[in-house]
Amino acid sequence: MSKPVLGLILGTVLGIFDGLTALLEPDIATSPEVGSAMTGILLGSSVKGLLAGLIIGFFARKVTSLRSGLIFGALVGLALATLVAAMPDPSGKHYWLQIMIPGTIVGLILGYATQRYGKPTAAH
Amino acid sequence: MAWLSNNLLQHLQELVQLPDLSATRYRLLAKHAQGGMGTIYLAEDTQLQRTVALKVLHVPDASGEWSARLLREARVIAQLEHPSIVPVHDVGTLPDGRVFYVMKFVQGRRLDQYARSECALPNRLRIFQKVCEAVAFAHASGVIHRDLKPENIMVGAFGEVQVMDWGLAKIVAAGETGKTPDGSGHQLGDASRPVAHGGAHPTQHGTVLGTPAYMAPEQQRGEVDDIDQRTDVYALGAILRFLLYGPVPGAVAHKSGSRLFQSAGGGKIPKPLAAIVATAMAASKEQRYATALALAHDIERFLNGLSVSSYRESPLEIVWRWLRRYQFMVLLVLVYLLVRFLLFFWLRP
Repeated sequence: MSKPVLGLILGTVLGIFDGLTALLEPDIATSPEVGSAMTGILLGSSVKGLLAGLIIGFFARKVTSLRSGLIFGALVGLALATLVAAMPDPSGKHYWLQIMIPGTIVGLILGYATQRYGKPTAAH
Repeated sequence: MAWLSNNLLQHLQELVQLPDLSATRYRLLAKHAQGGMGTIYLAEDTQLQRTVALKVLHVPDASGEWSARLLREARVIAQLEHPSIVPVHDVGTLPDGRVFYVMKFVQGRRLDQYARSECALPNRLRIFQKVCEAVAFAHASGVIHRDLKPENIMVGAFGEVQVMDWGLAKIVAAGETGKTPDGSGHQLGDASRPVAHGGAHPTQHGTVLGTPAYMAPEQQRGEVDDIDQRTDVYALGAILRFLLYGPVPGAVAHKSGSRLFQSAGGGKIPKPLAAIVATAMAASKEQRYATALALAHDIERFLNGLSVSSYRESPLEIVWRWLRRYQFMVLLVLVYLLVRFLLFFWLRP
């Protein structure tokens, strides 16, 4: 499996998991429209994870350095999470920390995984 | 006075034995080592201007038997073109009739010396893996070493490995190394340095050749016809035992349980590695690894944090190995979960 594909799959899985943790938020869990809210969160979170994984995977294919991979992963995770956190919920509330900190850690995980695993170049 | 005369006599003897290389392209530099059959000298190849090792018979051989053996040894090594097998450059005859061959001068430390200074287990295992691969190559070429031991393996400054001293090697047809040879193959003997007794001809049935601590049971019993690549696998197992536990003087242990040996350094040896040693050194050939490559493969799997074929793990051990293999990943996931947990309580309205 190439590094971008690994990043894409792992990013999507982690994104879905990250989205599911939104159920821990009482505001969302107790909301009367929890279904539609969760659908939006899961969709946004998985796309965020997918994009992060793909970008970090391509970076890992170009740069072979665990340190650089971790830093780049964290930055990409943080940047995408910031974009998502900038979008408020219907009541106008922002979840900056709840999205940005875990998003950064997801980026770190992706950075590490794509540096350690996956084929460095596409198979010919 | 007697001591003086003995020393003088020995010195004179060495002077007489010094090879006359005047008719060759080599210039003698120094005596390097002495074996049972021949002496190894350092020499300079005057044409290529490099240092080489030159193995010469101790004394002129009237019968021609030892000359033939030395030549056979050179031919065996020459067949084995592998980065981890010392290459032979040239063969020749001195004016006094002694046969010699020239090989690469290997710089580095013997494996036993290396093991004394190198403490990191993965590094030792990687060196051992290279030895296994070189031996597997020889087996594929139809050659069984029969005298594998740490003293016959050199380790270079950059971790390169050279398997040396093929004087006891046995040639069987390529591809037959896994089967019991029919005894028709050539057998090379360097009779005196390792154990060699039991028959008029060093490789006849009933003759014991090798070094006791590294000899397989069939080799100890002198069952020449029963020797195949699994005999070398046993010796490789004994080398691995040495690398893990240190020297076991005169001990020849066979598979009988999960833990066979005591660690020389007192350190804890992982059970899969102990099982690899036990399997490689099984008393019965059938219970050993079928090939040196299979042994190398298990070492590689261990180094990569995977299960090995010779050890059946408990579910707890599987989980523990998995956690160790992916420890940083597991740590990151735990950090993620911890952050989620903390955020949940910290930002709770």
